Amino acid sequence: MSFSHRPINPADLFKDAALAALMALILALPLIGFRSVAEGGQLALTTRFDWVGIGVAGVFLGRLVLVYASSFWPPSGANFALAEAVREGMSRYVMALAGMGLLLALLLPFLPFSSRYVIDVATGLLIYIMLGWGLNIVVGLAGLLDLGYVAFYAMGAYSYALLALQFDLSFWICLPLAGLFAGLLGIVLGFPVLRLRGDYLAIVTLGFGEIIRIILLNWYEITGGPDGLSGIPRPSFFGLPFKPTTGEHEISAFHQAFGLEFSGLHRVIFLYYLILCLALITNFFTLRLRKLPLGRAWEALREDEIASRSLGINPRNTKLTAFGIGATFGGLAGAFFATRQGFISPESFTFVESATILAIVVLGGMGSQIGVVVAAALLILLPEFGRELEEFRMLVFGAAMVLIMAWRPRGLLANREPTLRLHRRDRRGGEPR
Amino acid sequence: MLSLAHVHVYHGPIHALRGVDLSVEMGEIVTLIGANGAGKSTLLMSICGAPRAGRGRVLWDGEDITDLPSFEIIRRGIAQVPEGRRIFSRMSVLENLLVGATPLEDGQREEDLQRVFALFPTLKDRQHQRGGTLSGGEQQMLAIGRALMGRPRLLLLDEPSLGLAPRLVQRIFEIIEAINREQNVTVFLVEQNAYHALRLAHRGYVMANGRIVLAGESKALLANREVRAAYLEGGV
Repeated sequence: MSFSHRPINPADLFKDAALAALMALILALPLIGFRSVAEGGQLALTTRFDWVGIGVAGVFLGRLVLVYASSFWPPSGANFALAEAVREGMSRYVMALAGMGLLLALLLPFLPFSSRYVIDVATGLLIYIMLGWGLNIVVGLAGLLDLGYVAFYAMGAYSYALLALQFDLSFWICLPLAGLFAGLLGIVLGFPVLRLRGDYLAIVTLGFGEIIRIILLNWYEITGGPDGLSGIPRPSFFGLPFKPTTGEHEISAFHQAFGLEFSGLHRVIFLYYLILCLALITNFFTLRLRKLPLGRAWEALREDEIASRSLGINPRNTKLTAFGIGATFGGLAGAFFATRQGFISPESFTFVESATILAIVVLGGMGSQIGVVVAAALLILLPEFGRELEEFRMLVFGAAMVLIMAWRPRGLLANREPTLRLHRRDRRGGEPR
Repeated sequence: MLSLAHVHVYHGPIHALRGVDLSVEMGEIVTLIGANGAGKSTLLMSICGAPRAGRGRVLWDGEDITDLPSFEIIRRGIAQVPEGRRIFSRMSVLENLLVGATPLEDGQREEDLQRVFALFPTLKDRQHQRGGTLSGGEQQMLAIGRALMGRPRLLLLDEPSLGLAPRLVQRIFEIIEAINREQNVTVFLVEQNAYHALRLAHRGYVMANGRIVLAGESKALLANREVRAAYLEGGV
């Protein structure tokens, strides 16, 4: 492989860099150039043109270097054998990474650096990972672009809250019921959209998501409207509550049963393991389904609906099961959300949630389970770590998203692994690919 | 075995099939030839109910299948290889074949798989490759193999020679003949490559403007002056 240097006309180089600098100027002037400061009860506008100047100069020089350096890079896609080898290595690397991630997740609460804050953030992240895995069934595997996934999340949360508050049922009974109700809602909403595809499906599901939210907002007698539902019972450790009870003789709380000092952290850790379990169940269920005829039918339908029909796949049932199963996992995550927060309101189930979950699936590379984890970590943790950047937090976040999509337009882990192999690969001989 | 009686198909305002009568008997290879836009593909697809016949009846084994949904028709032993192959390009060859076994509920998958691999040894070598990375000829073999995984009694083929090199066309046609003779699968073949199709088939139909204009033994059609003038001369 030889790197050929393609010479660049210096005038073009400067023109390109100047254009980038101009763009930076247009963007930076309102974003960085002006700043409102509170000055004794009223807002005053201050300017920071020096910052703008530094930024624009940085962009100009950076672009100059980037374009010049890129003339030395080999043209993309030059070496397929190399790409294949990289892909092979990547897949092994990714598997090792997944194993390490799982180990980290299992041990997290006992690691020296973990605190209540760390566990709380990790729990929040796991909710999104579970939602991402649930939506991955619908969008990634079955190829049905669903912009209203939050409806099922809300359905699960409200089902759990209402069942627990009105009928005083325990968490372990409410959880499957919440999943069931959300799954049924998925099937009911799935029926009218069966014939739709792509953009049209996206618009209608977006509408459904909003309808559910507006119902929750207005059905005051049942859902409490904008006030939401509060006092949702916390989960118990299989009947043992996390409470600071000090009964001498009978065991009535978790810390007594295990002979521990009472600590508020127990419940946080328990919730963490609970969502970890739920998320892993979602993952294993999906991995298993992918190897069954139903999973293959989903993927076939995503690849080519006409060919799938000609092979005897029933598109109606196949799509409905995808909607139903995806919604069930969304509902389970919703029930967990409700019991963790203790309070829910329609505020938590806006379109932004749907968009975030969809972004996780798309960013991860449609259909990739590990991709979902990586993307969720980026999307949820990046703003969290970025708190120190204050007002630039969302700017950095947006820039990161743009960079990722420019670098990997088909998602972080876009390679689909085959679900099964008939014969073990021969490690000595080169397997033909 | 399969018979169409006065079948009309409408694509919105377009009257694509104008009363087609046709029959395929067990063990036969029957071909349907005709110019572009004559309605050949529409006819083939309407057997599987997409698009559905607006008027007329489709009978299979004496049963009226006109109004059945596609997957029910395919479950009754009819398989279709759609025009342009339409393989699942992001799925592996093996996964493509297994999707083909959908119509079977019990399924002796392993046995069916070996049968298809015996017919198309290249597919066995490339079973873990993604479908989209196969060559045109291999993709056509995959499409046929995939349809055979459902153990059909009748195989509907839509232009299997499309976009293939002459040598590969020859090979595909030999395989179709082998499927018919050795596995007792009845074949209904839509082709633009009239010469090859008529040499392979026992009987043929000629279609123009949504109607069957000629029917008969392949040999007779090959010798027919009008057929020669319209589809064969200069075209071979």
